[in-house]
Amino acid sequence: MFKKEFTPGAKSKVKSSAQRAVRAKVLETYPLLEPHIDEILPKKEQLDLVKIPDRVSLYCNGTTPLFFQHMDDAILPHLKVVHKYPWAFTKVRVDRGAIRFVMSGATLMVPGLTSPGGRLAGDEGVEEEYGNAGKELEVGDVVVVNAEGKDSACLVGVLKMGSAEMREKKKGIAIENGHFAGDGLWKLDLS
Amino acid sequence: MADTATTPAGDVRPAKNVIYCGVCTLPPEYCEFGGTTKKCEEWLESHHPDLHDEIYSPDAAAAALSTLSVDAQKRAEKDAQKKAAKAVAQEARESERRATSRITIKRVERNKRKYVTEISGLEHFGIDLKKTAKEFGKKFATGSSVTKTASGGEEVTVQGDVSEDVVEWLQENHGEVPEENVECVEDKKKKGGA
Repeated sequence: MFKKEFTPGAKSKVKSSAQRAVRAKVLETYPLLEPHIDEILPKKEQLDLVKIPDRVSLYCNGTTPLFFQHMDDAILPHLKVVHKYPWAFTKVRVDRGAIRFVMSGATLMVPGLTSPGGRLAGDEGVEEEYGNAGKELEVGDVVVVNAEGKDSACLVGVLKMGSAEMREKKKGIAIENGHFAGDGLWKLDLS
Repeated sequence: MADTATTPAGDVRPAKNVIYCGVCTLPPEYCEFGGTTKKCEEWLESHHPDLHDEIYSPDAAAAALSTLSVDAQKRAEKDAQKKAAKAVAQEARESERRATSRITIKRVERNKRKYVTEISGLEHFGIDLKKTAKEFGKKFATGSSVTKTASGGEEVTVQGDVSEDVVEWLQENHGEVPEENVECVEDKKKKGGA
């Protein structure tokens, strides 16, 4: 979504009612963030809304980007937030060969997750952090993508295919239009 | 590196403090995909030698390559080289542009005795147009705005003839702009309004 670099648009204050709505939505989509929600989205502090190209709104606290939303789709965390609280998000892992494609903004394909280096929820004998408590992932779930051999996340996006389907078909698009490390949104200067 | 111990959901761990590379702004483990690997490595060595040893140690490199097939390895290397070359070419282009680009200060006639000053070419020097326009407005107590030129660039338009003052202001506030790069031009075009 943010392959090209861009400059931020207008920055406006968010009404407290809208701020509460954003908070609620974030907690709904990421329940594990609850203990930290005051650090990320403090009630007292003013939340700012920055408009960026392609009908995307970015919520930030001063100069720190927090969450962004394309039109009315799911609200996604900025990778910096994901790096700070990696345990709060549903994770999958891609194998090493896919890393350079992810880092240049390519669409993430299923083989990256089903090959030996990848980890997907519901896999047999998979480490707990990728296990998602044994539940399968569905289409439309927000998922954070880690890389084999790396600690921090490289991509966050919405799943285009459920994990069961992925294991069955082993082909197709897994995540499209995500926010990856080093993209326009990552490099955005909000000062 | 992060521990893989399992913890119950909803526990309160302090936020993880991630270090980002000073050169490519990515987490240091991803520096190899950024196109500035050499500089990143040097930066990491001087600022965080422990991380440097962990990431750039020979075992890490061996582990990384072992999981890829020979073909994929070769492709990965070619890709990394291409990226590095592109980054270098881009830098060279940028520095060239800076050397040749000039700031043009035009004095355009609006009505018989009224003028408008147009300053174009500021973006090449990284000068923020909006802020500059506001400052000019305040400083000269006159109207000032950012407008688009025919060629697609943007310029700051200030009401009145302030060309001399602008040159002075540039020297004071943006000393990095050398004198030869500033051009004063008189334009006889008739513009509708300011």
